[in-house]
Amino acid sequence: MHPKREPTEEMVKDSFSNSNVSGTLRVPLLIGTQSVPDTLYRFDVFRYDAASGGPPRFQTYELEVNRQTSVLEGLLRIQDEQDPSLAFRSSCRGAVCGSCSMSISGRLNLACRVQLHLLAERRVVLEPLPGLDVVKDLVVDMDPFWAKYERIQPWLHAEITSAEDDRMSEPQRQRIDQFVNCILCGLCYAACPVTKSDERFTGPAALAKLYRFLADSRERRDGATLEQEDSPAGMWGCHTIMKCCEVCPKEVRPTDGIRGARRKLLSHKLKQILRRNPRET
Amino acid sequence: MTEHDVLVVGGGLAGLRAAVGLADQCDVAVLSKVHPVRSHSGAAQGGLNAALGNAPQAGDDSPEKHAFDTIKGSDYLADQVAVLQMCRLAPQVVREFEGWGAPFSRFDSGAVAQRPFGGGGFPRTCYAADRTGHVLLHTLYEQLVCRGIKVYDELAVTRIAVADGRCHGLVAYDLKRGRFETFAAKFCVFATGGYGRAYRNSTNALINTGSGIGMALAAGIAVKDLEFVQFHPTTLLGTNILITEGSRGEGGYLVNRAGERFMARYAPQAMELAPRDIVARSIQTEINEGRGCEGGCVHLDLRHLGKTRIVERLPGIRQICIDFAGLDPVQEPIPIQPGQHYSMGGIDTDVRGRTSIDNFYAAGECACVSVHGANRLGGNSLLDTLVFGRLVAEDINARRGEFSFKPQEAVLRRCLAEQTAQLESMFARGKGLPHYQLRESLRAVLAEQVGIFRHESAMTQAVEQIGGLRQQYAAVGCCTPLGPFNFEVLQALELEGLLCVGEIIAKGALARQESRGSHFRTDYPVRNDAQWLKHTLARLDGSQISFSYTEVDTSQHAPQARTY
Repeated sequence: MHPKREPTEEMVKDSFSNSNVSGTLRVPLLIGTQSVPDTLYRFDVFRYDAASGGPPRFQTYELEVNRQTSVLEGLLRIQDEQDPSLAFRSSCRGAVCGSCSMSISGRLNLACRVQLHLLAERRVVLEPLPGLDVVKDLVVDMDPFWAKYERIQPWLHAEITSAEDDRMSEPQRQRIDQFVNCILCGLCYAACPVTKSDERFTGPAALAKLYRFLADSRERRDGATLEQEDSPAGMWGCHTIMKCCEVCPKEVRPTDGIRGARRKLLSHKLKQILRRNPRET
Repeated sequence: MTEHDVLVVGGGLAGLRAAVGLADQCDVAVLSKVHPVRSHSGAAQGGLNAALGNAPQAGDDSPEKHAFDTIKGSDYLADQVAVLQMCRLAPQVVREFEGWGAPFSRFDSGAVAQRPFGGGGFPRTCYAADRTGHVLLHTLYEQLVCRGIKVYDELAVTRIAVADGRCHGLVAYDLKRGRFETFAAKFCVFATGGYGRAYRNSTNALINTGSGIGMALAAGIAVKDLEFVQFHPTTLLGTNILITEGSRGEGGYLVNRAGERFMARYAPQAMELAPRDIVARSIQTEINEGRGCEGGCVHLDLRHLGKTRIVERLPGIRQICIDFAGLDPVQEPIPIQPGQHYSMGGIDTDVRGRTSIDNFYAAGECACVSVHGANRLGGNSLLDTLVFGRLVAEDINARRGEFSFKPQEAVLRRCLAEQTAQLESMFARGKGLPHYQLRESLRAVLAEQVGIFRHESAMTQAVEQIGGLRQQYAAVGCCTPLGPFNFEVLQALELEGLLCVGEIIAKGALARQESRGSHFRTDYPVRNDAQWLKHTLARLDGSQISFSYTEVDTSQHAPQARTY
């Protein structure tokens, strides 16, 4: 039985200086050659194939790792060495592309961003994102997520034709910065309790994206997209449970964006009322 | 069979820019093996070069000076008129993205901020903190959505259907539906990215398998200068995740175990901001000669910049260090080592993106115009994708009226049948030889024997070993039945092209008996313009690789000694 290890700063440094992948001038590594003691990890991975049907199940893989290894690297090795049928998305392996979102021992995160040696246990349970249809194993159907993203018209509505038009100051840019940083990984969408109870709900990522444009000093869109989201399935669907902020790997706070969008909507409505009844001003 | 006027393969910056340029006049579709926003362009950190002269110290910067820096940086292997064209279009690229709402970092005046980058005479790298690629990729994808451009995502092209010197379309594996399909078009544009995954120690995404270059080779299309492989000086020790050149542009120091800023010995003027080939070799020399830090690295020290500046200008780097190295660069230096980063070589194209097949184009990292020559300057790759993506679109728009070619369904059917036959033989071998063993061997051989420092004996061995791997490929089998998200099939198919790319890299590097830019031979340490001021061209005839050489355009600047 391995003792439980709590992640400490020292451990991080320790495992780092022991890493065994440094020099480019070493003798070619033969596959499986190791010089640091291995640690055995158990991966319990959700398996399901929508195309062939059959019940979902968990499959257990054991993997020896000899250095700082991410959950994604573990999965890639399992796919290579043990089970090429295992399906999961991946691309950048550096937490910038948003491909490898999944549930890792009950917590939603990017698989590339979770280091095995920082987990409390030497067992990791991997499941697909909740609230989305599973296509195969850890791959979910992201189409509803993208459809909602497109629904908010995610582009700057502005006519900027010369370099002098609508310049933006650095403080103005910083105001939208956190929302610009969204990588559309879908973790917030999957974490949100409302998206699960109401499949029409636009969801935190798309609403935060809407606010990224609304708060842009150069934006000139009319009220149509705001009015479109003026419903319980739109920006009023958020119950401020803030799971989205908790899981975001890029420190975006979608709830801030949703609140901001609501303020924009209210001010838009107020202006409409005032325009309709000018004498009451 | 699905048909469009133009098929753009690849959802990164070059492909999306081409698609946006085509959408007004053509029926264009983008085919990408990942969702476009997952493309590797999004991982670019540091910035985009354009001689805007926005920085107070850059009063008399000009596109011509930008071009000269690029040519000198390329060690005179870049084609000079092409470089000039790219640099002249650079300011327009930035303004175009401003127009689309790209949130660049700003100076107090509101103008787009610019910082110095390696090998640049002026601070001309525009940036959005250290997430420039992310910001540009998302902004451009937003323009695609705005225009309603058709995207087939998670659809991996595997073959180019060529007959009678024309491209009739493509065969692709639809990952979502789990089957192979054919796509016909009058024009195809490849923007499929580089071949970084041929190397073990790469900063590249897992998707950068050089697949487009492999397919082009299989279709008989020439490739150029593949032996020129850029090693980025600063990648995180162990994982080789990129740490932007912008961190040195902001003033970061490189120090060895004695705490010495060793760049003073290698590039006394430019110091940390010498071009990447020089800094990477300097770091590797420090490590090899025993002045490196524990684990085989040197330190990138940002601490003197202070927390405010790091948080404001390099927030992504800080996050990467915390996530992947468990340290905060505000408090500790970053352990870094050089790692494979960029493919200067690629599909041979002219300045319009045309290849040896009339209606088949390439742009971005998978292409080689060449604007980067033997060594690309930081900040020029995003520029390359956006300039040449645009120029490809303009060329196709101009030609489409007079271009009466009709793709033949029979050619596509035959191509699909060949693909099916290859798959069936892989399935028949079942477990056979697992593809990953060959892939990992290739990556190790290239990293160890055709890396930063190259020598005849190691490369002769490498050529032999890779030749052996290519032969063994015939024994590769697949045991997962065809269906949705079968990555075994996709990876096994892509490996064939990657092995071929690997052999061309090794053979081209072995043949080139000189040192130029990223290609450094310890046995031929000097540039040799008399014999080697020329591009390497390679083609596949059957399974045999044949080499030839073409002239470099040096019409603007005669080659000079390259010191920094």
